[in-house]
Amino acid sequence: MKKAEVKFENITKKFNETTAVDNVSCKFEAGTLTTLLGPSGCGKTTSLRIIAGLERATSGKILVDDEDVTLLPATDRDVSMVFQSYALFPHMSVLENVSYGLKMINVNKEEYIQKSLETLKLVNLEGYENRMPSELSGGQQQRVAVARAIVLEPKVLLFDEPLSNLDAKLRRQVREDIREIQQKLGVTTIYVTHDQEEALAISDKVIVMNNAVIAQEGSPKDLYNFPKNKFVANFIGDANVVKAEILNKQSNSYELKIGEMKIKVQSDKNFEKTVSVALRPEKILINKDKKENSIHATVNNASFVGSSYQYILNSNAGKLFVISGETNDIFKVGEEVFLSINEEEVKILND
Amino acid sequence: MRGLVICWMLIGGLGFLIFPWYVTGDGFFSINWILEYSLEDYGSVLPQVFINKKYWLLPILLPLIFPLATLKLNQNNPLYSKIFLYSGIIGFIYFFLQGFSIGIRGWNFEILQSIFGDVENQYGVGSGAVLTCCTFVFYITHGLSARGWLNGDNFIVGSIGSIIILVSTFVFFPIFRMFTVAFKGTEGGYEISNFSDKIFNKGIWGLDCLYSDYACGVFWNTITMGTLTAFSSTILGLGFALLIARTSFKFKRTIRILSVLPIITPPFVIGLAIIILFGRTGVVSSFLEWGFDIEPSRWIYGLPGIWFAQTLAFTPIAFLVLIGVVESVSPSMEEASQTLRASKWQVFKTVTLPLMRPGIANAFLLGFIESLADFGNPLVLGAEYDVLSTEIFFAIVGAQYDETKAAILAMILLSVVLVVFYLQNQWLGKKSYISISGKGDSGVHPELPNKTKWVIYSTVLPWALLTFIIYVMIMFGGFVEMWGVDHSFTLRHYIEAFSVDWVKERGFLWTGTAWNSFNTTFTIALISSLPTAAIGILTAYLLTRHKFKGKNAFEFGTMLSFAIPGSVIGVSYVFAFNVPPLELTGTGIILVIAFVFRNMPVGVRAGIAAMNQLDPHLDEASSTLNASSAQTFRNIILPLLKPAITASLVFSFVRAMTAISAVIFLVSANYDLAVSYILGRLENNDYGLAIVYSSALIVVMLITITLMQLIIGKRKLGRRDQAAGILQGNLG
Repeated sequence: MKKAEVKFENITKKFNETTAVDNVSCKFEAGTLTTLLGPSGCGKTTSLRIIAGLERATSGKILVDDEDVTLLPATDRDVSMVFQSYALFPHMSVLENVSYGLKMINVNKEEYIQKSLETLKLVNLEGYENRMPSELSGGQQQRVAVARAIVLEPKVLLFDEPLSNLDAKLRRQVREDIREIQQKLGVTTIYVTHDQEEALAISDKVIVMNNAVIAQEGSPKDLYNFPKNKFVANFIGDANVVKAEILNKQSNSYELKIGEMKIKVQSDKNFEKTVSVALRPEKILINKDKKENSIHATVNNASFVGSSYQYILNSNAGKLFVISGETNDIFKVGEEVFLSINEEEVKILND
Repeated sequence: MRGLVICWMLIGGLGFLIFPWYVTGDGFFSINWILEYSLEDYGSVLPQVFINKKYWLLPILLPLIFPLATLKLNQNNPLYSKIFLYSGIIGFIYFFLQGFSIGIRGWNFEILQSIFGDVENQYGVGSGAVLTCCTFVFYITHGLSARGWLNGDNFIVGSIGSIIILVSTFVFFPIFRMFTVAFKGTEGGYEISNFSDKIFNKGIWGLDCLYSDYACGVFWNTITMGTLTAFSSTILGLGFALLIARTSFKFKRTIRILSVLPIITPPFVIGLAIIILFGRTGVVSSFLEWGFDIEPSRWIYGLPGIWFAQTLAFTPIAFLVLIGVVESVSPSMEEASQTLRASKWQVFKTVTLPLMRPGIANAFLLGFIESLADFGNPLVLGAEYDVLSTEIFFAIVGAQYDETKAAILAMILLSVVLVVFYLQNQWLGKKSYISISGKGDSGVHPELPNKTKWVIYSTVLPWALLTFIIYVMIMFGGFVEMWGVDHSFTLRHYIEAFSVDWVKERGFLWTGTAWNSFNTTFTIALISSLPTAAIGILTAYLLTRHKFKGKNAFEFGTMLSFAIPGSVIGVSYVFAFNVPPLELTGTGIILVIAFVFRNMPVGVRAGIAAMNQLDPHLDEASSTLNASSAQTFRNIILPLLKPAITASLVFSFVRAMTAISAVIFLVSANYDLAVSYILGRLENNDYGLAIVYSSALIVVMLITITLMQLIIGKRKLGRRDQAAGILQGNLG
């Protein structure tokens, strides 16, 4: 399969007055899976459609393997897309759906049937070629949509929220299948989702978008461990963002006060007086007994979600969301508790 | 792409060099010119120039062949698009100018005569000229798409261009021609005084009926008729809708049949039935005279009769609009009101009715428009009561033949209807409270309050019975000698209309007097349904799937002819297509064209409704899979729209079978239509034949519609009730 690098150069897309994508530049490395992650309306789907050629950028350039395709319509781009609704042609059989693209570029019949059957085998749909889409389950339809896209051996494969129409159980399975196929073929893949867990699980690189611009990009681990700003910290992993007072500052080491707790954190950026920090909910430890250097809090709400307990606590540092794996020895609403956190788990946010 | 360009150049070349440039005596599509070629009569441009001295045709060649220069150019070269665009525009404009400035008696405008001196006359355009013109249109759209319009999509730009040209030629141009005729002086030329004399006329605006025995002006008559009809049909329609949707009435299915009636009813049927029931010798009148010594009178002729007939005719339309409205009032709102301690009557008064208000206003305005545009009922029952739609007709076909008057009356009618149409679209479109969301709304509508229910039963059911009686009478009225006079059984009328004889050697002979017009009607309705559906679906595709500048104007243009009353269309076609460059009157083509552009909005609406149910991702998926927009249209859109296409085919066919107001102006001896034949019978008081013919039409149309529903019902794929919904939606 061909691999291509996709580049955005200052892409802007306006719909009348609203700006859907605002001067975005980024790179999608050849052969990798990159996720565009963000809340609805952040411009991720529009960016994807610009790559597909279904929308035209208002300004900026889009390059596929250094070839400028900005003005090329979808028909003439070597890019395939899997749609949120799958968009299987309901009047065609599975085989006809999969071979549609090959027919359009005048591949001869024997070849396109053979290729389509091979691709169906790849997505584990052998024997389903004569079914109609309406006779397939959601997961199977999804795989037909994938087969239809990859049979053309595109330079770039696009996914627009492909899992959102599947029930929660199936999602994990299908996303693993997609990742497997992507790695087998090594095709440059761009994947749009609003589900952070899905994005972290599947991607080589994640681009978080918010309000039409890129909030942060990086590997899943980087994003989780080193969020740059409040939005990313909160969107990925529900981190608590709290204000901390700077007590002392020595070169790039800060001594911070969060609630009653004092803590030392590293940062090369320069801050004055206060700073925002992110505290992961599963990294905060709850103790019944008073502890040295901890945050004093009361339990406001406790809910059992199966594998863990989720607490909302009132503290001097503000409202805190905490996840505790301990499900037997639980804290009651109104109980006074003491919160502690390891120094290295406190991340300073840049803005 | 290059192949397409060469193909169009060839078409233009054929049109210019081979096909007859002017319309020939035997008709546009006639191929006589091949059989008996004569350079003088059937000549293409070159013989016309050199034998008939029409030198002005020669320059057309230049823009036609100039794009040959592009064959060696790269498509991305800006020169490429410029050459096509400018050649197309210059060719088209020159074609247009020469066509309009030189008419059947030489120059059409004196000023040109004084500049250029005398010229030879020229006739209407023939097939050659049309082909050449099409090539120019292709040049223009190809030039635009090469410039990058609409992603450089030739198919889309070409379709938009063609539809614009067609709609301008067959909707806007006739209306424009009509306006110019309104300003025509008595001695030729154009005068304001003649126009103002005729428009500020007592016959139109007079209010004498308020204080004297004289009749009021035709304008006031029309408005009165429209208001009364709209009022009564809305009330009855609402009653029927509530009966179906909100009561446990047992014979709902029977009442539902109402919704099909307006589609299959030929124009004069209801008027006719009313005459044979309530006319001087009518069944009811005779019974009243026999039983109660009530002197039979002519009360039914005039406003009461028209009002009566129109209410019968348009109640089903109001019903169709209102049943949608009643059914889409969200039950959860009514349930919310109930849980807030409102009684049944309070729920109805404070929630249900207010939510339906915009829908009711909509039905009212629609009834008003329908009433104003109605031609058949006022013609049959009007007597001394003149309304605009019939006055236009009499100004053209009557003894007084007065083009200016017809044009002015048509202008007035058009203005009134357009204002109401505008109100309906703008004001109500924004005011609708009803929105069906994708979320399931599983509540149950509360029952109507008891008193309301009984009011509805007691008004609506007798009316339903009356409607029923009228249709029964039409179906069986053909079997009696003469209504009101001699009720003995006979097949005489059927034999006269539809007899078929078997003669040895010569086979079947269609000896019935109705066969000729029946066959013409059937053929023309069939032929016109194809382009109607095609243009309708294509337009719907462009409107729902593509964004382009001026899209709103485009939509307005394609929907406009829906609002134009048939008599206005008819009279404007007479003005526009009686003289070169488009000489079409007296042909079958003009009937087909009139049907196509009159019914096109129906096709567009059906198409839009169906397109909105198609996931737009399907076309996008197709285009990411390398299919061009033309391929997407053919492979994805068309197959998925099959039910909508069938529905609009059948619908335009049926409408063409029963249309009267537009075509009554356009029929000719060779192309007589069923409706004008029936009108002729009525004028001779030959009711038997008229009834027989009408019931035959009803049967034919019922069969067609049933067949269609069977065919669509059998399709496995897609939403099953889609086509039925479209059929109903069309009436709304």
